[in-house]
Amino acid sequence: MSKPSFVYVTYIRTTPEELWAALTDPRTIRRYWFGMSAESDFKAGSPWRLKLDDGRVADAGEILEADPPRRLVIRWRNEFRPELKAEGYSRCTMQIEMADYYPDFGGKAAKLTIRHEIEGEGGKFIEAVSGGWPKVLSNLKSLLETGDVAFKE
Amino acid sequence: MDAVFKALADASRRELLDRLRAESGLTLGQLCERLAKAGSPMTRQAVSKHLAILEEANLVAAVKRGREKLHYLNPVPIHEIAERWIGKFERSRLQALSDLKKDLEAHDE
Repeated sequence: MSKPSFVYVTYIRTTPEELWAALTDPRTIRRYWFGMSAESDFKAGSPWRLKLDDGRVADAGEILEADPPRRLVIRWRNEFRPELKAEGYSRCTMQIEMADYYPDFGGKAAKLTIRHEIEGEGGKFIEAVSGGWPKVLSNLKSLLETGDVAFKE
Repeated sequence: MDAVFKALADASRRELLDRLRAESGLTLGQLCERLAKAGSPMTRQAVSKHLAILEEANLVAAVKRGREKLHYLNPVPIHEIAERWIGKFERSRLQALSDLKKDLEAHDE
């Protein structure tokens, strides 16, 4: 295993099954991913694409592993910006576990860990996706916990 | 969220976060080296203790690779704080105030 470029973790008061559904249902993804839509059946070996509002393909790749509701691995390349596409494929791993919520809230939560790693030099791509993840995760958390998102645009 | 503020209320722990921001995926030993190089040396025991508090607050995420434990800055809780108190004001003050009230009341159970 190569060294992940970044690791993001969030705790969401929901079940692993609901979190898995939110990560793999194109209609739900649209609600927290700034209007981006995913095209995939999220089964191992299947193609995967993330499309912009106007239908252009932003990112594409394939599902490397799918083990609902625990682990999803996507081979992921930017298709939209030539300088990012040139950096090649990255690997995004989404891991879901049950965990204690933040101690001050108590109770159980689903812990979502996102790791993104790229072979070779992937500085620009990693910079681009690492900036986007916190917003996407914030929206996802807010959608699952309150039924609405914080950022629409 | 208390855990996040408590973790951030210490200059040594903020220094650790700065080192992890500068360089991702460091082991305990590498962190100690980087701190010494940056002119703020800390004992291994102190770094280990501070890392545990940062992990508890979810500000540091650790992954195992072989026998090594690699530490990463996890910005998600800080983003959640910004989103809760700052982001909403940038977009719409009124919406922000009502959302904040809803949020605080919901967590007050």
